[in-house]
Amino acid sequence: MTNIQLSQDPYNLIIAGVGGQGNVLASRVVGNMLSRKGLTVTIGETFGGTQRGGSVMSHLRISSGSAFSPLIPRGKADMIIGLEPTDTLRVLGTYGNPDVKTICNMRPIHPVQVISGEPSYPDLEDAKNWIRELSRDAWFLDATDVAMEMGAAILGNIILIGALAGLNELPLDREDFENAIGLTFSGEKVQVNLAAYDKGIEMIARNGR
Amino acid sequence: MSILTNGEPGKRYLLMGNEAIARGALEAGVSVCAGYPGTPSSEIIESLSKVAGNRNLYVEWSTNEKVSMEVAAAASFAGLRAMCPMKQNGVNVGSDFLLHLALSGTRGGMVIVPCDDPGALSSINEGESRQFARLLEVPLLEPGDFQEAKGITRWAFELSEELHSMVFVRSVTRLSHASGNVEFGELPQVNPKAGFKHDGFILDEMEGIITSAPVDYKHGLQHAKLKKAVERFENSPFNTYQGPEHPELILVTSSACNFYCREAIGLLDAGDRVGLLKLATTWPLPPKLIEKYLSMTDRFFVVEEVIPFTEENLKILAQEMAPRIGIKTIMGKRDGKLPMVGELNPDIVTQALAGLLGLEYKPQPDDYVQRSREIVTRAPNRELTFCPGCPHRASFWTINNVLKMDNRQGFVCGDIGCYTLSTLPTGFSASKTLHAMGSGTGVASGFGKLKQFGMDQPVLSVCGDSTFFASALPALFNAVHNQSDITMVLLDNSGTAMTGFQTHPGLKTGAMGQEVPAISIEAVCRSIGAKVKISDPFDIESTRNALFELLEENGVNVLILKQICTLSPEKKAKKKFEVRVMAEKCLGESCGCGRLCTRIFRCPGLIWNKDKGKAEINDVICIGCGVCGSICPNAAIEKKEVA
Repeated sequence: MTNIQLSQDPYNLIIAGVGGQGNVLASRVVGNMLSRKGLTVTIGETFGGTQRGGSVMSHLRISSGSAFSPLIPRGKADMIIGLEPTDTLRVLGTYGNPDVKTICNMRPIHPVQVISGEPSYPDLEDAKNWIRELSRDAWFLDATDVAMEMGAAILGNIILIGALAGLNELPLDREDFENAIGLTFSGEKVQVNLAAYDKGIEMIARNGR
Repeated sequence: MSILTNGEPGKRYLLMGNEAIARGALEAGVSVCAGYPGTPSSEIIESLSKVAGNRNLYVEWSTNEKVSMEVAAAASFAGLRAMCPMKQNGVNVGSDFLLHLALSGTRGGMVIVPCDDPGALSSINEGESRQFARLLEVPLLEPGDFQEAKGITRWAFELSEELHSMVFVRSVTRLSHASGNVEFGELPQVNPKAGFKHDGFILDEMEGIITSAPVDYKHGLQHAKLKKAVERFENSPFNTYQGPEHPELILVTSSACNFYCREAIGLLDAGDRVGLLKLATTWPLPPKLIEKYLSMTDRFFVVEEVIPFTEENLKILAQEMAPRIGIKTIMGKRDGKLPMVGELNPDIVTQALAGLLGLEYKPQPDDYVQRSREIVTRAPNRELTFCPGCPHRASFWTINNVLKMDNRQGFVCGDIGCYTLSTLPTGFSASKTLHAMGSGTGVASGFGKLKQFGMDQPVLSVCGDSTFFASALPALFNAVHNQSDITMVLLDNSGTAMTGFQTHPGLKTGAMGQEVPAISIEAVCRSIGAKVKISDPFDIESTRNALFELLEENGVNVLILKQICTLSPEKKAKKKFEVRVMAEKCLGESCGCGRLCTRIFRCPGLIWNKDKGKAEINDVICIGCGVCGSICPNAAIEKKEVA
């Protein structure tokens, strides 16, 4: 167990996005980082359509005490990491509250209905304003764009983990990240992921890009 | 190296519920594990297959759940500990064998792990395996958290061995597919020797023959085993109570609902008013333990998924005990306090409990609810779709087009796999019936015999490569034997793709990575006299021609559409083509194609640019299958082979 005092206990973190964005890996990495600190972590995942264009969400319950439900109750998120703007909005609607904080990757992924020309995808400036309106604090990052410059769009999820670490809300540190990412990757890939993690810290320090 | 075998005893690790079950089996010294892939159960076998070598395990993906039970039972008969995990449907598939196994008894510890899917999060039913434990009359255990998933699995082997009966350990999606911290115990040093004793006294459970007959004797024996199970259940440390000595109300729960109950009590700050009785031994219920808690108060609220299983069993006991303990009020699903369908969650349970305690619970401020509702309507929903570059999109594109052009009201009998989505627009809504694995071809075989009654519609079935071996073969043989007129389209993407590329008999690799002989689907179909054609679904023209030709033929036809799944480890991230829309050739709305690529074909790799009035390729999403290049009537989509 641990003596760590969290700002909220349980601290409820949601990582939300679209299947294929590396959401599940991101939640496992954060979970393993915090477990290494002796915290009790419970992760719930919504899936099914995960690799098929559906919305995906991981719920992390972080506590210095016991395991919590793998589903966060409505309105009880403390932090939302959104890999996609409209999915971030949806999650805010269900799990948000006036005190929630949000980090959002601004790269849209169009649902097939938008591709087929039925509903419109909202204007990104509007989306930012709505996210601000539903959050106490909000940070917007062009994580996918930066990840593509680094060589792979999928690294966007790791950039956001770095950004979360940079906010110092949770005891996330680089050594634990290296260890946790090493459970999935080895060699050069660990270095690439570390670079993305550092990039996220740097980006959040500049409040975006 | 896997944490499952590398982790140190006494330390805590973050594990998926399924991994915790696997670790429990390892700590129990399991030797054989067999199953058929199915969400949410697949990771149990997957994680064990990775450590098979260094723990001297035998792990296999069997052709279907019934066979996996038979394989695991053989290990038990030979004195080994064996486990058989499956999704809820698997218990149905194997129930014929299980009904006999319940009577015949087992030797080495035999644990069946059904993982149910309340809410049908990745299923097309929310069937309950707990009902089977009662039907088969075998002990049922339900872990209430991650630590228990490990501990109860371990205990189940001991219990099974003591009783000479299989034991059910039932999990659910929110436990199997969630993760939590689990403290490891020791891994035993075991080196079991397998041997099947069969020439002792005929009725000797450990040395005679193993069978369910004579039924009256064996059934009596089974009831004696259940009685012994109940004695163990009375003192099980896995049944826990938390709360005051004289609560107003006791919540009775099991499995993942344990989390929701704890959450609800915490959110309502009701810990000094209500108690929580979390049961792990849910069938048969231990009566002395139940009487003790039923005597503590008068009101009970049963929180469980999905059917009111424990509620009903509890009511039977309460009725029997009424002369001693008085009349009790047991609430739950039958009185509508909780819904009869779907999964529960912390909110449903909290609201229901608040109602019972006369409290009001508001999860979000009213103005926040109102404003967020207005905003969220602006975020377009995400409907389920085949992945970009999925071979199924191309296959159903052609199937749908051929059936439309054929113009005889032909239809597809669907089946279980990713291609289940062919009932939706992403598969052009081509599939019109959808049931169990292999049922597409069975139902088609029936439709194909209705000419006698004037039905002249062409009948197609679809079937994946893993499903073919699991359960479509008997249906296909039936169609040939009974001379039905059907065309089976075999969507061969070289793996059990939906659940994560597990092996099957058509592949050259087994569950533990070993080389195995691959059975040819084509050769099997030809050998039974079916007319067989093979095509690459990405080659739209040749696939269309092949299907048209087969639709002209009577009897049983098989069209094998071979193209490896886009997400398969060997194909992932490799682009075959660089694809781009030549803006000068895309005529947009004025083309007359009605935006065929983005409106109908609807691959997520395409974008309809409203401002420019033209289609575009989304470079982040497109995986370069090049199929959209074949469907554009104005040849505006260019594909260049990647060197």
